Amino acid sequence: MSVDWSWIGDHTDDLTSLTFSHLQAALTAVFFGLLISLPLAVVAHRIRPLRGFLLGLSNVLFTIPSIAIFVLLLPISGLTRTTTVIGLTVYTLVVLLRNTVEGLDSVPAKTKEAAKAMGTRPLRTLLTVELPLALPVIMAGVRIATVMSISLVSVATYIGDGGLGQLFTDGFQRDFPTPVIVGVVLTLLLAVVADAALVGLQYVLTPWKRRRA
Amino acid sequence: MIQFDAVHKRFPNGTTAVHDLSLEMPEGGVTVLVGSSGCGKTTTLRMINRMIDPTSGVIKVGGKDVTRQDAAELRRSIGYVIQQSGLFPHRTVLDNIATVPLLLGHGRKKARARAAELLETVGLAADAGKRYPHQLSGGQQQRVGVARALAADPPVLLMDEPFGAVDPVVRTQLQDELLRLQKELNKTIVFVTHDIDEAVRLGDRIAIFRTGGHLVQCAAPAELLARPADDFVADFLGAERGLKLLSLKTLADVPQGPAPEGGSWTLVLDEARKPLRWAAKDAEIPVRPLRDGDSLLAALDESVASPTGLITRVDADGVLTGVSSRDDIHIHAGRAHAEARSHTVTEAAA
Repeated sequence: MSVDWSWIGDHTDDLTSLTFSHLQAALTAVFFGLLISLPLAVVAHRIRPLRGFLLGLSNVLFTIPSIAIFVLLLPISGLTRTTTVIGLTVYTLVVLLRNTVEGLDSVPAKTKEAAKAMGTRPLRTLLTVELPLALPVIMAGVRIATVMSISLVSVATYIGDGGLGQLFTDGFQRDFPTPVIVGVVLTLLLAVVADAALVGLQYVLTPWKRRRA
Repeated sequence: MIQFDAVHKRFPNGTTAVHDLSLEMPEGGVTVLVGSSGCGKTTTLRMINRMIDPTSGVIKVGGKDVTRQDAAELRRSIGYVIQQSGLFPHRTVLDNIATVPLLLGHGRKKARARAAELLETVGLAADAGKRYPHQLSGGQQQRVGVARALAADPPVLLMDEPFGAVDPVVRTQLQDELLRLQKELNKTIVFVTHDIDEAVRLGDRIAIFRTGGHLVQCAAPAELLARPADDFVADFLGAERGLKLLSLKTLADVPQGPAPEGGSWTLVLDEARKPLRWAAKDAEIPVRPLRDGDSLLAALDESVASPTGLITRVDADGVLTGVSSRDDIHIHAGRAHAEARSHTVTEAAA
């Protein structure tokens, strides 16, 4: 199995746009995943009886095969990017919801009590005390969800999307290994770079974690 | 002034935390709530800023019923120093202190300027302001906790075992600082502790609670020590309560004479006439010179340790002013007790 370097040289524009399309699908899914997880996690954190239900639901959604999700969505959103993103978003929930709930749980009771005793109202306490302190655990979830989404985007090739995944079908159909190898390498690189970027983002967002005494 | 009128608190699980409490905490004074764990002292404190609401009865701060005020706004008007400081780990020391001014909408710049001022008030270096709480020692964190409670200059300060988690040396320092601050600021302070010595040191009045949320006695420290209301209070004050009473009296009135010469023990001074040690032919014993502001208890202790039964007295600069005898100290100690007893009697008669 050898790599045809000239093919790569001839297709740099395609490869670049596929890479960006791939990344965009993954990040959009994580973004919506967070948007849905945050309020649900707050509910699960505050209302004990709902916690088991919500976390269980996210687990069940995770077990649906990805192809099945896309097929189920076809009558609603068709062969579009929207279908890809909805599918991926469903999968991010399992990590994002669980980590956000655990992050909120990890905030010391003493600190929340101090906020209350100083006269901070509940919403402000959530936004300025609980969420910032939960951030390291939430970010751990975001990193997993991001890497997971980047690897999953390829599955959407079945509905005509799939970013770098298109290179795989292309390679298989023509029995030409170069696009497959390039697709794998680019997907891996994308995952590594995105993860590193998130580590950097967390460093910027949590200045109090930096200089350990 | 803080008033409790027939306040009762029963928790949903059926335990009575505070039982029919009527109590006044005078303005500008330190009221210490003391008792073993589960006696309702912390619940009492927390009802003042509505962290807990009473089951029945009325609590007034500055004449206003607390339950008729918005809880969050009430809390901003009352300083609160929490156990183990409860600082926000993700905010710098300066921003921690600025918490309440920011909630009151004072603006970040003004709030930070005020916070920087308070760092100095509580005895912290200016560069501590940029640090995060975990970078400070336990004692420094407590100081930040006090500064945070003082930031909006509230008339009332609630302190819930604030110095419980620091070592005894630091605790004494923090107590001294609090007394010094209180002299300047004249806040109405309610202070919860389980340490009777801390209560005697800090309190203008001490309220002793018994399990089940019963207030047993509330009195000035000297009165409490001289005339405990019952065996429970006497037990709580401990076997050395007579000595504790002496810790409240200073040495100032005890007469002093010149240091003895020609005896078997001589007091050795340096060139500036500061006492160094007691010396005999073949022995030396360290000396602990006392100032007028030191307590009769310290004097008694030193007189027992001193080979001559004499304590050495110095002025503010540490220069020898004279010596006092064990007998004089004993006479004054007895007088202090008699005084405390008679005060109680006259107050009871009035």
